[in-house]
Amino acid sequence: MSADRPQLAVPVGPNDHVVGSDDAAITLVEYGDYQCPYCGQAYAIVKELQNVFDTSLRLVFRNMPLTNVHPQAELAAETAEAVALQGKFWPMHDLLFENQRDLSDAALLRYAEEVGADEKEVASALSQGAVSERVREDVESGIRSGVNGTPTFFVNGDRYDASWALELFQEFLQEVLDQL
Amino acid sequence: MTIKPSDGLVSKGPLQPGTPAPDFSLLAAPGQKVTLSELEGPVVLIFYPADWSPVCSDELSMFESANGLFADRGAQLLGIAVDSVWSHVAFKSNRKLEFPLLADFHPKGEVARSYGVYRDEEGVTERALFVLSAEHEVAWCHVSPIGISPGVDGALRAVEALS
Repeated sequence: MSADRPQLAVPVGPNDHVVGSDDAAITLVEYGDYQCPYCGQAYAIVKELQNVFDTSLRLVFRNMPLTNVHPQAELAAETAEAVALQGKFWPMHDLLFENQRDLSDAALLRYAEEVGADEKEVASALSQGAVSERVREDVESGIRSGVNGTPTFFVNGDRYDASWALELFQEFLQEVLDQL
Repeated sequence: MTIKPSDGLVSKGPLQPGTPAPDFSLLAAPGQKVTLSELEGPVVLIFYPADWSPVCSDELSMFESANGLFADRGAQLLGIAVDSVWSHVAFKSNRKLEFPLLADFHPKGEVARSYGVYRDEEGVTERALFVLSAEHEVAWCHVSPIGISPGVDGALRAVEALS
């Protein structure tokens, strides 16, 4: 890794959405946007990487809604965070990426209900500002980490600038694993 | 930050920290010029190769997301590319960018040349960032590989280091 490669500025912590063990050899942090078509493509690839690397991989998702180009991205991120308060972040995250074509206000609430969240509580969390603050913190940590578009990945803290096409990304992660 | 002749840059490389920033006056919209010497506070110059390209769009979207963090420190963002003002107007509106995009269009690339970031072979600017102090001296600069969006972290740290 080159010395001036951007590094994750905020380490993975208890507030993060995490799948996998703290002992996993590889921590993959994704900064993503639910309305970004590239993030939609990356979603399937990340799923496959989780299958391939299994317990060796820990996945973290942080929000980077690019609101200037994706008008529903921020509300989608906030809704996912509101659902997360009820312990259902990952099913909601998956459902959003699987339904990127309809992220209207009504659809977002419908997805929240589908994953078993209480719709009233979600609406109330959305109106209180805590979830928007949470999304804003993710965006700032991403900016400070050198996120340069969506999706941006960090592998064990280093920004990954090469292709995230499945074969290439898998090869890279395997090399990281082999070197440990 | 090192520029090799193979990178297509014929000039002597980007202006280095401590150099006074060359003044310029460029169109941001038809009939609306932005003049560096008339701006107060720190300025971030974002030279990018072309409107509409995917990498440039990512880069500028990230700066748009960070615009508030720069504004908190009194810093003004300015995008600069060689496209005409009409292309800039359409691109800015399409990508909903709040900060000005300046047309370094005629004579083409003159401002980019004065900052040492014009690529003669391709006729576009480098993907280069300059942070100018409130006194309009170059405080920091960074040239990225043309195909890689640089992110905002370096420029933000440089602006924060000014105060």
